[in-house]
Amino acid sequence: MQELINRLKSQFKISNVNHQRPDLTFITVNKKLAVALITYLRDFEKFTHLVFLTAVDRIEDNQFQLTYMLHNYDSHRDLGVRVLIDRKKPEMDTIHHLWKQAGTYQRELKEMFGIDFPGSPGVDESFILEGWDNIPPMRRDFDTKKYSEETYFPRPGRESRDPETYMKSKLYPEGDA
Amino acid sequence: MFADRSKYPEIVNGKAVIDLDSGKYLKLWQGPQHPGVTGNMALELTVCGDEVVECKTHVGYLHRGFEKLMERRKFIQNFPIVCRICVPEPDTNEYLYAAAIEELAGIEIPEQAKWLRTLNLEMSRLASFLMWIGGHAGAFGLGPVGQWAVTHRDYMLDLFEEISGGRVYHMYMIPGGVRNILPEGFDRRLENTLQKIEKLLGEIEKVLLDNAVYKMRAKGLGIITKDMIDRYGVVGPIARAAGVKRDVRKDSPYLMYEHLDFEAITGTKSDAYERLLVRYREMFQSIDLIRQIMKHIDGSKNIHTKLPNVLHWKIPAGETYVKAESTRGEYGYYVVTDGSEFPRRVYVRGPSYTHAVALLEDLIVNVNLADVAGLMTSLHTYPPEIER
Repeated sequence: MQELINRLKSQFKISNVNHQRPDLTFITVNKKLAVALITYLRDFEKFTHLVFLTAVDRIEDNQFQLTYMLHNYDSHRDLGVRVLIDRKKPEMDTIHHLWKQAGTYQRELKEMFGIDFPGSPGVDESFILEGWDNIPPMRRDFDTKKYSEETYFPRPGRESRDPETYMKSKLYPEGDA
Repeated sequence: MFADRSKYPEIVNGKAVIDLDSGKYLKLWQGPQHPGVTGNMALELTVCGDEVVECKTHVGYLHRGFEKLMERRKFIQNFPIVCRICVPEPDTNEYLYAAAIEELAGIEIPEQAKWLRTLNLEMSRLASFLMWIGGHAGAFGLGPVGQWAVTHRDYMLDLFEEISGGRVYHMYMIPGGVRNILPEGFDRRLENTLQKIEKLLGEIEKVLLDNAVYKMRAKGLGIITKDMIDRYGVVGPIARAAGVKRDVRKDSPYLMYEHLDFEAITGTKSDAYERLLVRYREMFQSIDLIRQIMKHIDGSKNIHTKLPNVLHWKIPAGETYVKAESTRGEYGYYVVTDGSEFPRRVYVRGPSYTHAVALLEDLIVNVNLADVAGLMTSLHTYPPEIER
Protein backbone atom coordinates (compact mmCIF):
# COMPACT_ATOMS: atom_id res chain seq x y z
CA MET A 1 0.00 0.00 0.00
CA GLN A 2 2.87 2.37 0.81
CA GLU A 3 4.20 1.97 -2.75
CA LEU A 4 0.86 3.02 -4.15
CA ILE A 5 0.77 6.04 -1.85
CA ASN A 6 4.27 7.03 -3.02
CA ARG A 7 3.19 6.69 -6.65
CA LEU A 8 0.12 8.81 -5.99
CA LYS A 9 2.17 11.41 -4.11
CA SER A 10 4.42 11.93 -7.12
CA GLN A 11 1.47 12.76 -9.37
CA PHE A 12 -1.26 14.19 -7.16
CA LYS A 13 -1.22 16.41 -4.14
CA ILE A 14 -2.39 14.01 -1.47
CA SER A 15 -2.17 14.54 2.25
CA ASN A 16 -3.36 13.14 5.56
CA VAL A 17 -2.51 9.52 4.75
CA ASN A 18 -3.96 7.24 7.41
CA HIS A 19 -3.26 3.50 7.34
CA GLN A 20 -6.24 2.33 9.36
CA ARG A 21 -5.68 -1.38 8.72
CA PRO A 22 -3.28 -3.27 6.44
CA ASP A 23 -6.10 -3.47 3.88
CA LEU A 24 -7.65 -0.04 4.45
CA THR A 25 -6.07 3.37 3.86
CA PHE A 26 -7.55 6.85 3.83
CA ILE A 27 -6.09 9.76 1.87
CA THR A 28 -7.18 13.36 1.41
CA VAL A 29 -7.01 15.08 -1.95
CA ASN A 30 -7.70 18.54 -3.25
CA LYS A 31 -11.19 19.05 -4.67
CA LYS A 32 -9.88 20.03 -8.12
CA LEU A 33 -7.76 16.89 -8.49
CA ALA A 34 -10.24 14.45 -6.97
CA VAL A 35 -11.96 13.21 -10.12
CA ALA A 36 -8.64 12.93 -11.94
CA LEU A 37 -7.23 10.88 -9.06
CA ILE A 38 -10.26 8.60 -8.92
CA THR A 39 -10.15 8.08 -12.68
CA TYR A 40 -6.44 7.28 -12.43
CA LEU A 41 -7.07 4.81 -9.61
CA ARG A 42 -9.80 3.10 -11.60
CA ASP A 43 -7.97 2.91 -14.91
CA PHE A 44 -4.35 2.34 -13.89
CA GLU A 45 -4.32 1.05 -10.32
CA LYS A 46 -7.19 -1.46 -10.66
CA PHE A 47 -9.42 0.17 -8.06
CA THR A 48 -12.33 -0.84 -10.24
CA HIS A 49 -15.06 -1.08 -7.63
CA LEU A 50 -16.77 1.96 -6.16
CA VAL A 51 -17.88 0.66 -2.79
CA PHE A 52 -19.75 3.79 -1.75
CA LEU A 53 -19.76 7.56 -1.87
CA THR A 54 -20.94 9.45 1.16
CA ALA A 55 -20.47 12.68 3.08
CA VAL A 56 -19.62 13.67 6.63
CA ASP A 57 -20.68 17.06 7.94
CA ARG A 58 -17.66 18.76 9.55
CA ILE A 59 -19.71 21.69 10.72
CA GLU A 60 -17.04 23.00 13.11
CA ASP A 61 -14.60 23.48 10.19
CA ASN A 62 -17.36 24.72 7.87
CA GLN A 63 -16.66 21.83 5.51
CA PHE A 64 -18.23 18.72 4.09
CA GLN A 65 -16.04 15.67 3.79
CA LEU A 66 -16.88 13.47 0.82
CA THR A 67 -15.58 9.91 1.10
CA TYR A 68 -15.15 7.84 -2.04
CA MET A 69 -14.39 4.25 -1.05
CA LEU A 70 -12.64 2.31 -3.79
CA HIS A 71 -11.71 -1.36 -3.81
CA ASN A 72 -9.02 -3.24 -5.65
CA TYR A 73 -10.09 -6.82 -6.37
CA ASP A 74 -6.56 -8.01 -7.07
CA SER A 75 -4.88 -6.94 -3.86
CA HIS A 76 -8.19 -6.88 -1.91
CA ARG A 77 -7.49 -3.44 -0.50
CA ASP A 78 -9.81 -0.54 0.19
CA LEU A 79 -8.79 3.05 -0.39
CA GLY A 80 -10.90 5.86 1.05
CA VAL A 81 -10.45 9.11 -0.85
CA ARG A 82 -11.48 12.09 1.26
CA VAL A 83 -12.36 15.39 -0.41
CA LEU A 84 -13.09 18.46 1.70
CA ILE A 85 -15.50 20.94 0.16
CA ASP A 86 -16.76 24.29 1.33
CA ARG A 87 -19.96 24.06 3.33
CA LYS A 88 -21.24 27.42 2.10
CA LYS A 89 -21.00 26.51 -1.57
CA PRO A 90 -21.29 22.72 -1.59
CA GLU A 91 -20.57 21.61 -5.11
CA MET A 92 -18.51 18.76 -6.50
CA ASP A 93 -17.68 17.31 -9.90
CA THR A 94 -19.73 14.29 -10.84
CA ILE A 95 -18.32 10.79 -11.35
CA HIS A 96 -21.41 9.19 -12.90
CA HIS A 97 -19.44 8.59 -16.12
CA LEU A 98 -17.08 6.26 -14.24
CA TRP A 99 -19.64 4.09 -12.47
CA LYS A 100 -23.33 3.74 -13.20
CA GLN A 101 -24.34 3.57 -9.56
CA ALA A 102 -22.55 6.84 -8.72
CA GLY A 103 -25.57 8.74 -10.01
CA THR A 104 -27.74 7.28 -7.27
CA TYR A 105 -25.23 8.17 -4.56
CA GLN A 106 -25.01 11.72 -5.87
CA ARG A 107 -28.76 12.05 -6.04
CA GLU A 108 -29.00 11.01 -2.40
CA LEU A 109 -26.21 13.38 -1.33
CA LYS A 110 -27.97 16.27 -3.05
CA GLU A 111 -31.11 15.53 -1.12
CA MET A 112 -29.67 14.59 2.27
CA PHE A 113 -26.71 17.02 2.47
CA GLY A 114 -27.51 19.58 -0.23
CA ILE A 115 -24.27 18.87 -2.07
CA ASP A 116 -24.74 19.59 -5.77
CA PHE A 117 -23.22 17.50 -8.53
CA PRO A 118 -23.95 19.44 -11.73
CA GLY A 119 -24.56 17.20 -14.73
CA SER A 120 -25.28 14.03 -12.78
CA PRO A 121 -28.40 12.30 -14.15
CA GLY A 122 -31.55 13.01 -12.17
CA VAL A 123 -29.62 14.78 -9.42
CA ASP A 124 -32.42 17.28 -8.81
CA GLU A 125 -35.17 14.66 -8.52
CA SER A 126 -36.16 13.70 -5.02
CA PHE A 127 -34.82 10.31 -4.01
CA ILE A 128 -36.46 9.54 -0.69
CA LEU A 129 -38.01 12.74 0.65
CA GLU A 130 -40.78 13.82 -1.67
CA GLY A 131 -41.87 17.42 -1.15
CA TRP A 132 -39.22 18.27 1.45
CA ASP A 133 -39.01 22.02 2.08
CA ASN A 134 -36.59 22.33 4.99
CA ILE A 135 -32.78 22.34 5.07
CA PRO A 136 -31.24 19.02 3.96
CA PRO A 137 -31.93 16.67 6.89
CA MET A 138 -28.57 14.92 7.24
CA ARG A 139 -26.79 18.21 7.97
CA ARG A 140 -25.70 18.58 11.57
CA ASP A 141 -27.64 21.80 12.07
CA PHE A 142 -30.96 20.13 11.24
CA ASP A 143 -32.64 19.44 14.55
CA THR A 144 -34.94 16.43 14.21
CA LYS A 145 -36.68 17.00 17.54
CA LYS A 146 -37.43 20.66 16.85
CA TYR A 147 -38.66 19.80 13.36
CA SER A 148 -41.08 17.14 14.55
CA GLU A 149 -42.40 19.37 17.32
CA GLU A 150 -43.07 22.17 14.85
CA THR A 151 -44.42 20.02 12.03
CA TYR A 152 -46.57 17.41 13.68
CA PHE A 153 -49.52 18.03 15.90
CA PRO A 154 -48.53 17.10 19.44
CA ARG A 155 -50.41 14.05 20.66
CA PRO A 156 -51.02 13.58 24.33
CA GLY A 157 -49.36 10.51 25.77
CA ARG A 158 -51.28 7.56 27.13
CA GLU A 159 -52.84 7.90 30.50
CA SER A 160 -50.45 6.36 33.00
CA ARG A 161 -51.44 4.79 36.26
CA ASP A 162 -49.57 3.33 39.15
CA PRO A 163 -49.84 -0.44 38.49
CA GLU A 164 -50.24 -1.42 42.12
CA THR A 165 -53.14 0.86 43.01
CA TYR A 166 -54.76 0.37 39.61
CA MET A 167 -54.78 -3.43 39.87
CA LYS A 168 -56.03 -3.21 43.45
CA SER A 169 -58.93 -1.00 42.39
CA LYS A 170 -59.72 -3.40 39.52
CA LEU A 171 -59.52 -6.61 41.52
CA TYR A 172 -61.12 -5.35 44.69
CA PRO A 173 -63.48 -2.54 43.71
CA GLU A 174 -65.04 -2.48 47.16
CA GLY A 175 -61.67 -1.97 48.77
CA ASP A 176 -61.86 -5.03 51.02
CA ALA A 177 -58.28 -6.23 50.27
CA MET B 1 -33.77 -13.27 -38.36
CA PHE B 2 -34.90 -10.72 -35.82
CA ALA B 3 -38.48 -10.43 -34.69
CA ASP B 4 -40.52 -7.54 -36.01
CA ARG B 5 -39.77 -4.65 -33.68
CA SER B 6 -41.77 -1.99 -35.53
CA LYS B 7 -44.35 -1.77 -32.74
CA TYR B 8 -41.70 -0.97 -30.18
CA PRO B 9 -40.18 2.45 -29.59
CA GLU B 10 -37.51 3.76 -31.85
CA ILE B 11 -34.03 3.83 -30.31
CA VAL B 12 -32.20 7.13 -30.77
CA ASN B 13 -28.70 7.51 -29.29
CA GLY B 14 -29.15 4.36 -27.24
CA LYS B 15 -32.33 5.62 -25.60
CA ALA B 16 -35.89 4.66 -26.40
CA VAL B 17 -38.07 7.53 -27.58
CA ILE B 18 -41.31 7.17 -25.67
CA ASP B 19 -44.28 9.35 -26.51
CA LEU B 20 -46.85 8.66 -23.83
CA ASP B 21 -49.58 10.53 -25.71
CA SER B 22 -49.39 8.16 -28.66
CA GLY B 23 -51.52 5.59 -26.82
CA LYS B 24 -48.99 2.86 -27.53
CA TYR B 25 -47.57 2.86 -24.02
CA LEU B 26 -48.96 2.35 -20.59
CA LYS B 27 -47.55 3.44 -17.26
CA LEU B 28 -47.81 0.74 -14.64
CA TRP B 29 -46.75 0.79 -11.03
CA GLN B 30 -45.45 -2.38 -9.52
CA GLY B 31 -45.40 -1.76 -5.79
CA PRO B 32 -45.02 -0.36 -3.19
CA GLN B 33 -47.54 -3.00 -2.15
CA HIS B 34 -47.19 -5.97 -4.42
CA PRO B 35 -46.64 -9.64 -3.65
CA GLY B 36 -43.76 -9.79 -6.09
CA VAL B 37 -41.85 -6.96 -4.49
CA THR B 38 -39.42 -7.68 -1.68
CA GLY B 39 -40.21 -5.02 0.86
CA ASN B 40 -41.72 -1.67 0.06
CA MET B 41 -40.32 -0.36 -3.16
CA ALA B 42 -42.06 0.79 -6.31
CA LEU B 43 -41.16 0.23 -9.92
CA GLU B 44 -42.62 2.75 -12.32
CA LEU B 45 -42.84 0.73 -15.49
CA THR B 46 -43.62 1.92 -18.98
CA VAL B 47 -44.93 -1.00 -20.98
CA CYS B 48 -45.56 -1.52 -24.65
CA GLY B 49 -47.91 -4.46 -24.95
CA ASP B 50 -46.54 -6.81 -22.30
CA GLU B 51 -42.96 -5.70 -22.69
CA VAL B 52 -41.24 -3.24 -20.36
CA VAL B 53 -39.58 -0.40 -22.25
CA GLU B 54 -38.58 1.80 -19.33
CA CYS B 55 -38.33 1.50 -15.58
CA LYS B 56 -37.69 3.82 -12.71
CA THR B 57 -37.13 2.66 -9.16
CA HIS B 58 -38.86 4.66 -6.45
CA VAL B 59 -37.80 4.22 -2.87
CA GLY B 60 -38.69 6.09 0.29
CA TYR B 61 -41.54 4.05 1.70
CA LEU B 62 -39.36 2.61 4.44
CA HIS B 63 -37.16 5.55 5.31
CA ARG B 64 -36.73 5.75 9.06
CA GLY B 65 -33.63 7.90 9.14
CA PHE B 66 -31.43 5.38 10.96
CA GLU B 67 -28.22 7.18 10.11
CA LYS B 68 -29.54 10.43 11.51
CA LEU B 69 -30.93 8.72 14.60
CA MET B 70 -27.57 7.17 15.32
CA GLU B 71 -25.82 10.54 15.36
CA ARG B 72 -27.90 11.56 18.37
CA ARG B 73 -27.46 8.39 20.39
CA LYS B 74 -24.64 6.94 22.44
CA PHE B 75 -22.66 4.04 21.06
CA ILE B 76 -24.46 1.47 23.16
CA GLN B 77 -27.87 3.00 22.42
CA ASN B 78 -27.25 2.44 18.72
CA PHE B 79 -26.72 -1.25 19.20
CA PRO B 80 -30.45 -2.15 19.29
CA ILE B 81 -31.10 0.17 16.33
CA VAL B 82 -28.70 -1.24 13.77
CA CYS B 83 -30.26 -4.69 13.49
CA ARG B 84 -33.52 -3.10 12.37
CA ILE B 85 -31.97 -1.88 9.14
CA CYS B 86 -32.33 -5.28 7.50
CA VAL B 87 -35.18 -7.48 8.67
CA PRO B 88 -34.37 -10.87 7.13
CA GLU B 89 -30.68 -10.75 7.98
CA PRO B 90 -30.09 -8.45 10.96
CA ASP B 91 -26.97 -10.17 12.28
CA THR B 92 -24.68 -8.74 9.61
CA ASN B 93 -25.62 -5.26 10.82
CA GLU B 94 -25.00 -6.17 14.44
CA TYR B 95 -21.64 -7.69 13.68
CA LEU B 96 -20.45 -4.81 11.50
CA TYR B 97 -21.51 -2.11 13.92
CA ALA B 98 -19.83 -3.93 16.79
CA ALA B 99 -16.69 -4.61 14.74
CA ALA B 100 -16.41 -0.98 13.62
CA ILE B 101 -16.59 0.50 17.09
CA GLU B 102 -14.35 -2.22 18.55
CA GLU B 103 -11.75 -1.29 15.95
CA LEU B 104 -12.03 2.43 16.70
CA ALA B 105 -11.98 1.90 20.47
CA GLY B 106 -9.13 -0.63 20.24
CA ILE B 107 -10.97 -3.55 21.81
CA GLU B 108 -9.93 -7.13 21.12
CA ILE B 109 -12.67 -9.72 21.55
CA PRO B 110 -12.14 -13.29 22.85
CA GLU B 111 -11.73 -16.08 20.31
CA GLN B 112 -14.80 -17.93 21.52
CA ALA B 113 -16.91 -14.82 20.91
CA LYS B 114 -15.60 -14.76 17.36
CA TRP B 115 -16.71 -18.35 16.84
CA LEU B 116 -20.15 -17.60 18.23
CA ARG B 117 -20.44 -14.57 15.96
CA THR B 118 -19.44 -16.65 12.95
CA LEU B 119 -22.04 -19.24 13.91
CA ASN B 120 -24.74 -16.58 14.14
CA LEU B 121 -23.78 -15.02 10.83
CA GLU B 122 -23.98 -18.37 9.05
CA MET B 123 -27.30 -19.25 10.71
CA SER B 124 -28.76 -15.92 9.64
CA ARG B 125 -27.42 -16.45 6.14
CA LEU B 126 -29.26 -19.74 5.94
CA ALA B 127 -32.46 -18.18 7.32
CA SER B 128 -32.24 -15.29 4.89
CA PHE B 129 -31.69 -17.62 1.91
CA LEU B 130 -34.68 -19.72 2.98
CA MET B 131 -36.86 -16.63 2.99
CA TRP B 132 -35.45 -15.56 -0.37
CA ILE B 133 -35.96 -18.89 -2.12
CA GLY B 134 -39.60 -18.83 -1.02
CA GLY B 135 -40.09 -15.34 -2.40
CA HIS B 136 -38.35 -16.18 -5.62
CA ALA B 137 -40.42 -19.30 -6.19
CA GLY B 138 -43.54 -17.31 -5.33
CA ALA B 139 -42.70 -14.74 -8.00
CA PHE B 140 -42.81 -17.56 -10.54
CA GLY B 141 -46.12 -18.90 -9.25
CA LEU B 142 -44.77 -21.68 -7.05
CA GLY B 143 -46.38 -20.62 -3.81
CA PRO B 144 -45.94 -23.87 -1.85
CA VAL B 145 -42.16 -23.55 -1.96
CA GLY B 146 -42.56 -20.25 -0.13
CA GLN B 147 -44.68 -21.87 2.54
CA TRP B 148 -42.21 -24.70 3.10
CA ALA B 149 -39.22 -22.39 3.12
CA VAL B 150 -40.76 -19.90 5.53
CA THR B 151 -41.72 -22.75 7.88
CA HIS B 152 -38.14 -23.95 7.89
CA ARG B 153 -36.92 -20.40 8.41
CA ASP B 154 -39.13 -20.39 11.47
CA TYR B 155 -37.30 -23.46 12.79
CA MET B 156 -34.12 -21.43 12.45
CA LEU B 157 -35.77 -18.54 14.27
CA ASP B 158 -36.62 -20.92 17.12
CA LEU B 159 -32.91 -21.59 17.47
CA PHE B 160 -32.17 -17.88 17.46
CA GLU B 161 -34.73 -17.48 20.19
CA GLU B 162 -32.88 -20.07 22.26
CA ILE B 163 -29.57 -18.26 21.80
CA SER B 164 -30.65 -14.67 22.22
CA GLY B 165 -34.28 -14.49 23.32
CA GLY B 166 -35.26 -12.73 20.10
CA ARG B 167 -36.65 -14.37 17.00
CA VAL B 168 -36.20 -11.74 14.32
CA TYR B 169 -33.90 -9.17 15.91
CA HIS B 170 -31.35 -10.93 18.03
CA MET B 171 -29.20 -8.13 19.48
CA TYR B 172 -26.66 -10.81 20.27
CA MET B 173 -23.34 -9.47 19.03
CA ILE B 174 -22.91 -6.71 21.55
CA PRO B 175 -19.72 -4.61 21.27
CA GLY B 176 -17.02 -6.47 23.18
CA GLY B 177 -18.20 -9.98 22.37
CA VAL B 178 -21.53 -11.79 22.48
CA ARG B 179 -24.25 -11.85 25.10
CA ASN B 180 -24.64 -15.53 25.87
CA ILE B 181 -23.22 -18.98 25.51
CA LEU B 182 -25.30 -21.63 23.74
CA PRO B 183 -27.97 -23.33 25.85
CA GLU B 184 -27.81 -26.96 26.92
CA GLY B 185 -28.55 -29.43 24.12
CA PHE B 186 -28.46 -26.71 21.47
CA ASP B 187 -26.11 -28.64 19.18
CA ARG B 188 -28.57 -31.54 18.98
CA ARG B 189 -31.52 -29.30 18.16
CA LEU B 190 -29.45 -27.39 15.62
CA GLU B 191 -28.44 -30.64 13.91
CA ASN B 192 -32.10 -31.72 13.81
CA THR B 193 -33.07 -28.47 12.11
CA LEU B 194 -30.19 -28.66 9.65
CA GLN B 195 -31.30 -32.16 8.64
CA LYS B 196 -34.84 -30.92 8.16
CA ILE B 197 -33.56 -28.12 5.95
CA GLU B 198 -31.41 -30.51 3.93
CA LYS B 199 -34.48 -32.63 3.30
CA LEU B 200 -36.42 -29.54 2.29
CA LEU B 201 -33.69 -28.49 -0.13
CA GLY B 202 -33.92 -31.89 -1.77
CA GLU B 203 -37.63 -31.32 -2.30
CA ILE B 204 -37.04 -27.79 -3.58
CA GLU B 205 -34.67 -29.22 -6.15
CA LYS B 206 -37.42 -31.42 -7.51
CA VAL B 207 -40.13 -28.77 -7.43
CA LEU B 208 -38.22 -25.67 -8.41
CA LEU B 209 -34.88 -26.45 -10.00
CA ASP B 210 -36.17 -29.31 -12.15
CA ASN B 211 -39.42 -27.57 -12.94
CA ALA B 212 -39.82 -27.26 -16.72
CA VAL B 213 -41.91 -24.09 -16.52
CA TYR B 214 -39.50 -22.44 -14.13
CA LYS B 215 -36.58 -23.38 -16.34
CA MET B 216 -38.27 -21.96 -19.41
CA ARG B 217 -38.93 -18.67 -17.70
CA ALA B 218 -35.76 -18.20 -15.65
CA LYS B 219 -33.14 -19.36 -18.12
CA GLY B 220 -31.95 -16.36 -20.09
CA LEU B 221 -33.76 -13.88 -17.85
CA GLY B 222 -31.78 -10.85 -16.72
CA ILE B 223 -28.37 -11.76 -18.03
CA ILE B 224 -25.57 -9.74 -16.42
CA THR B 225 -22.45 -9.76 -18.54
CA LYS B 226 -18.99 -9.72 -17.03
CA ASP B 227 -18.23 -6.17 -18.13
CA MET B 228 -21.32 -4.96 -16.26
CA ILE B 229 -19.98 -6.24 -12.94
CA ASP B 230 -17.55 -3.37 -12.35
CA ARG B 231 -19.53 -0.74 -14.19
CA TYR B 232 -22.55 -1.27 -11.92
CA GLY B 233 -20.69 -2.30 -8.77
CA VAL B 234 -22.25 -5.77 -8.68
CA VAL B 235 -21.25 -7.94 -5.71
CA GLY B 236 -22.15 -11.18 -4.00
CA PRO B 237 -23.95 -14.16 -5.51
CA ILE B 238 -24.98 -12.11 -8.55
CA ALA B 239 -21.34 -11.48 -9.44
CA ARG B 240 -20.44 -15.09 -8.61
CA ALA B 241 -23.18 -16.36 -10.93
CA ALA B 242 -21.42 -14.41 -13.69
CA GLY B 243 -18.20 -16.30 -12.95
CA VAL B 244 -16.54 -13.50 -11.00
CA LYS B 245 -15.17 -14.91 -7.76
CA ARG B 246 -16.05 -12.30 -5.19
CA ASP B 247 -16.67 -13.32 -1.64
CA VAL B 248 -15.63 -11.11 1.26
CA ARG B 249 -15.36 -14.22 3.44
CA LYS B 250 -12.57 -15.44 1.18
CA ASP B 251 -11.07 -12.17 -0.10
CA SER B 252 -10.74 -10.31 3.19
CA PRO B 253 -11.40 -12.96 5.84
CA TYR B 254 -13.04 -11.66 9.00
CA LEU B 255 -13.91 -13.41 12.28
CA MET B 256 -12.98 -17.10 11.97
CA TYR B 257 -13.66 -17.68 8.27
CA GLU B 258 -10.01 -18.28 7.47
CA HIS B 259 -10.11 -21.37 9.71
CA LEU B 260 -13.06 -22.84 7.86
CA ASP B 261 -12.85 -25.04 4.83
CA PHE B 262 -14.95 -23.73 1.96
CA GLU B 263 -14.70 -22.38 -1.57
CA ALA B 264 -16.54 -19.47 -3.16
CA ILE B 265 -19.28 -20.90 -5.37
CA THR B 266 -19.46 -19.58 -8.90
CA GLY B 267 -21.59 -20.07 -11.97
CA THR B 268 -21.19 -19.18 -15.61
CA LYS B 269 -24.45 -18.35 -17.32
CA SER B 270 -25.39 -15.36 -15.16
CA ASP B 271 -29.16 -15.52 -15.65
CA ALA B 272 -31.91 -15.81 -13.04
CA TYR B 273 -31.63 -19.61 -13.06
CA GLU B 274 -27.88 -19.55 -12.50
CA ARG B 275 -28.28 -17.11 -9.64
CA LEU B 276 -30.77 -19.46 -8.03
CA LEU B 277 -28.34 -22.32 -8.51
CA VAL B 278 -25.47 -20.39 -6.88
CA ARG B 279 -27.59 -19.45 -3.89
CA TYR B 280 -29.01 -22.96 -3.67
CA ARG B 281 -25.49 -24.39 -3.44
CA GLU B 282 -24.56 -21.70 -0.95
CA MET B 283 -27.31 -22.91 1.34
CA PHE B 284 -25.66 -26.33 1.47
CA GLN B 285 -22.34 -24.58 2.01
CA SER B 286 -23.85 -22.65 4.91
CA ILE B 287 -25.11 -25.87 6.50
CA ASP B 288 -21.65 -27.36 6.13
CA LEU B 289 -20.05 -24.26 7.66
CA ILE B 290 -22.41 -24.34 10.63
CA ARG B 291 -21.38 -27.96 11.28
CA GLN B 292 -17.71 -27.02 11.04
CA ILE B 293 -18.18 -24.09 13.43
CA MET B 294 -20.06 -26.18 16.00
CA LYS B 295 -16.90 -28.25 16.55
CA HIS B 296 -15.15 -25.15 17.91
CA ILE B 297 -17.87 -24.01 20.30
CA ASP B 298 -16.90 -24.38 23.93
CA GLY B 299 -19.24 -23.08 26.60
CA SER B 300 -16.56 -22.79 29.29
CA LYS B 301 -14.52 -20.08 27.57
CA ASN B 302 -14.75 -16.32 28.01
CA ILE B 303 -17.11 -14.66 25.52
CA HIS B 304 -16.97 -10.99 26.45
CA THR B 305 -14.27 -8.38 26.95
CA LYS B 306 -14.92 -5.98 29.78
CA LEU B 307 -15.95 -2.61 28.37
CA PRO B 308 -15.63 0.79 30.01
CA ASN B 309 -18.85 2.23 31.45
CA VAL B 310 -20.93 2.20 28.29
CA LEU B 311 -23.12 5.09 29.40
CA HIS B 312 -20.11 7.42 29.32
CA TRP B 313 -18.16 5.64 26.63
CA LYS B 314 -16.04 8.04 24.58
CA ILE B 315 -14.32 6.67 21.50
CA PRO B 316 -11.26 8.49 20.09
CA ALA B 317 -11.64 10.38 16.83
CA GLY B 318 -11.13 8.24 13.76
CA GLU B 319 -12.83 6.63 10.82
CA THR B 320 -13.04 3.11 9.54
CA TYR B 321 -14.85 0.88 7.08
CA VAL B 322 -15.62 -2.72 7.92
CA LYS B 323 -17.33 -5.18 5.64
CA ALA B 324 -18.81 -8.65 5.63
CA GLU B 325 -20.45 -10.97 3.13
CA SER B 326 -24.21 -10.91 3.52
CA THR B 327 -26.57 -13.00 1.41
CA ARG B 328 -26.68 -10.16 -1.13
CA GLY B 329 -22.97 -9.48 -1.20
CA GLU B 330 -20.60 -7.00 0.37
CA TYR B 331 -22.26 -5.23 3.27
CA GLY B 332 -20.32 -2.53 5.05
CA TYR B 333 -20.32 0.05 7.80
CA TYR B 334 -18.41 3.30 7.54
CA VAL B 335 -18.16 4.84 10.98
CA VAL B 336 -16.64 8.24 11.78
CA THR B 337 -16.07 9.27 15.39
CA ASP B 338 -15.01 12.63 16.76
CA GLY B 339 -13.92 11.81 20.30
CA SER B 340 -17.33 12.41 21.86
CA GLU B 341 -19.89 9.99 23.27
CA PHE B 342 -21.77 9.97 19.98
CA PRO B 343 -20.72 8.79 16.52
CA ARG B 344 -20.21 11.61 14.03
CA ARG B 345 -21.46 9.57 11.11
CA VAL B 346 -22.55 5.99 10.54
CA TYR B 347 -23.01 5.07 6.91
CA VAL B 348 -24.49 1.73 5.94
CA ARG B 349 -23.43 0.33 2.61
CA GLY B 350 -25.98 -2.20 1.40
CA PRO B 351 -25.56 -4.16 -1.82
CA SER B 352 -29.19 -3.52 -2.82
CA TYR B 353 -28.36 0.16 -3.22
CA THR B 354 -26.74 -0.55 -6.56
CA HIS B 355 -28.60 -3.73 -7.49
CA ALA B 356 -32.11 -2.36 -7.09
CA VAL B 357 -31.63 1.06 -8.63
CA ALA B 358 -28.93 1.40 -11.28
CA LEU B 359 -28.70 -2.28 -12.24
CA LEU B 360 -32.39 -3.17 -12.16
CA GLU B 361 -33.42 -0.10 -14.17
CA ASP B 362 -31.20 -1.17 -17.05
CA LEU B 363 -31.73 -4.91 -16.74
CA ILE B 364 -35.50 -4.74 -16.82
CA VAL B 365 -35.81 -3.24 -20.31
CA ASN B 366 -37.34 -5.68 -22.83
CA VAL B 367 -38.40 -8.07 -20.07
CA ASN B 368 -41.92 -9.47 -20.19
CA LEU B 369 -44.18 -7.87 -17.60
CA ALA B 370 -44.90 -11.25 -16.00
CA ASP B 371 -41.19 -11.79 -15.34
CA VAL B 372 -40.53 -8.44 -13.66
CA ALA B 373 -41.14 -9.79 -10.16
CA GLY B 374 -39.00 -12.84 -10.90
CA LEU B 375 -36.14 -10.72 -12.17
CA MET B 376 -36.35 -8.46 -9.16
CA THR B 377 -36.28 -11.30 -6.66
CA SER B 378 -33.43 -12.92 -8.56
CA LEU B 379 -31.37 -9.81 -7.70
CA HIS B 380 -32.31 -10.35 -4.05
CA THR B 381 -33.03 -6.75 -3.16
CA TYR B 382 -33.94 -5.49 0.29
CA PRO B 383 -35.24 -1.90 0.13
CA PRO B 384 -34.44 -1.00 3.77
CA GLU B 385 -30.74 -0.97 3.02
CA ILE B 386 -31.32 1.53 0.19
CA GLU B 387 -33.01 4.06 2.44
CA ARG B 388 -31.67 3.35 5.92
